[in-house]
Amino acid sequence: MAPFLDPLLIVALALNFVALGVSRIRGVINAVALQGILLGILALFVHSEIGIRGILLVGGTICLKGFVIPRFLVHALREANIQHEVTPVVNYMNSILLGAVGTGLAMVFSSTLPLADTHKGLLLVPASLATVWTGFLMLTTRKKAIMQVLGYLLLENGIFLFGLLLLEAMPLLVEVGVLLDLFTGVFVMGIIIHHISREFASISTEHLTELKE
Amino acid sequence: MNTIIHDSVHVVLAFSLPPLLLGVIAKTKALFAGRVGPPLLQPYYDLFKLFQKGSVYSTTTTWVFRAGAVVGFVSAGIAVLLIPLSGSAAPISFTGDLILFAYLLGLGRFFTASAALDTGSAFEGMGAAREVTFACLAEPAFFLGLLVLAKLSGSLQLSGMLGSSLATHWANAGDSLALVLLSWFIVLLAENSRIPFDDPNTHLELTMIHEVMVLDHGGPAFGMILYGAALKLFVFGALVVRLAVPMTVGSAWLDWPIFVAGLLVVAVVIGVVESTMARLRLTRVPVLLVAACLLSAFAIILLVR
Repeated sequence: MAPFLDPLLIVALALNFVALGVSRIRGVINAVALQGILLGILALFVHSEIGIRGILLVGGTICLKGFVIPRFLVHALREANIQHEVTPVVNYMNSILLGAVGTGLAMVFSSTLPLADTHKGLLLVPASLATVWTGFLMLTTRKKAIMQVLGYLLLENGIFLFGLLLLEAMPLLVEVGVLLDLFTGVFVMGIIIHHISREFASISTEHLTELKE
Repeated sequence: MNTIIHDSVHVVLAFSLPPLLLGVIAKTKALFAGRVGPPLLQPYYDLFKLFQKGSVYSTTTTWVFRAGAVVGFVSAGIAVLLIPLSGSAAPISFTGDLILFAYLLGLGRFFTASAALDTGSAFEGMGAAREVTFACLAEPAFFLGLLVLAKLSGSLQLSGMLGSSLATHWANAGDSLALVLLSWFIVLLAENSRIPFDDPNTHLELTMIHEVMVLDHGGPAFGMILYGAALKLFVFGALVVRLAVPMTVGSAWLDWPIFVAGLLVVAVVIGVVESTMARLRLTRVPVLLVAACLLSAFAIILLVR
């Protein structure tokens, strides 16, 4: 394993906490975008020799997660006149603490997983589980629809980290499929955000319970 | 003989350099703002001026108020003798001295806060409350960092933990040490009430933390507080420098200049942070301090994993 792997993963883990603790939506978008770029770079280090396939994947990931999707979200932020505050259900401090508990549990849990011998003791597995947990946390504890998109992105980042273990075995089609899913997902949710904001003049998902005939 | 020279260099540096750090920070901030700024030695002139003044004490205050300034200064002055500045041991060094070190700083804080409460001023009480609230979050971050160093070096002595053996640990546990370094830098900013925790230049009592506690001090007592605060900055700066640049060349002629240069770099970095960041809202400060604790905690998890 390359020596750069662990430091990069630690930065990615730190970005999870930034995403949970920052109070401005723009800040969260930046954190998630930076994490996406980092993950793309990580893919270069995980396997010593990557073919043209790997390079395409890395390029696609960095481009999509680091630039296209964040730009799209910032655009949505501006178009829907969303306020800059995150408005969490669980406050920032508790979100960070919950994130820390989840990350600690991920460390414990991943040591009990029956992994292949080459993958034992890597920081990759706990980092992936912790990022998935952070994604869930953001999906469930934030009111605004745009934050749910970001939680979904974090969730996908975690899955991508786990997929890095299998980069050699996993066919290109699956990876591209995941990225495409993500892109359409964000796209659809962007449209939903637009509709919610037009219907209710706010994008708080709490209003969705009012949807009746 | 060698240790005597070493110790005297330690003492001379520790007591002459701190105000210069404040000067470097002010100069960096001035450069960022496009001003000329006060001269580098301005803090020395200020201290000199303050020590020449007479003192006025409010009749409502007791001995606690007078003790506050003195204890704050003396505790910082002893703490600075406990940390190793370059490769070899500190002037005062024994097993478990890290506890004494941490609680000397705690004692100083306790007396500064008590002196603030002693005046009976509502503003100063508010400042004292904030100071101790943030301190009780900064202390665990500092201790968890010490725990990492103790685990790595197998020593409970500051001179051993921050000694030259640290250089070898950067190779095998660099991730953990980098996390501790970041965490300690946040603690440094919090403990010395720098931006983003507190603005040392603000003059609005409602938002001040450290400065508001010392509003009623004047003359030599205020000078002692300023000097004590500078010493505290030196102490934390030295810890960060030792952690970041633990390697020693072996020759004292090079090690001391390296240390001083490192310290000046830390001062410039603080100046850059202060120029590029805004103060955090008071309610957001604990979040950053908890993040510092978590950084140190993860450093431990990475070590024992």
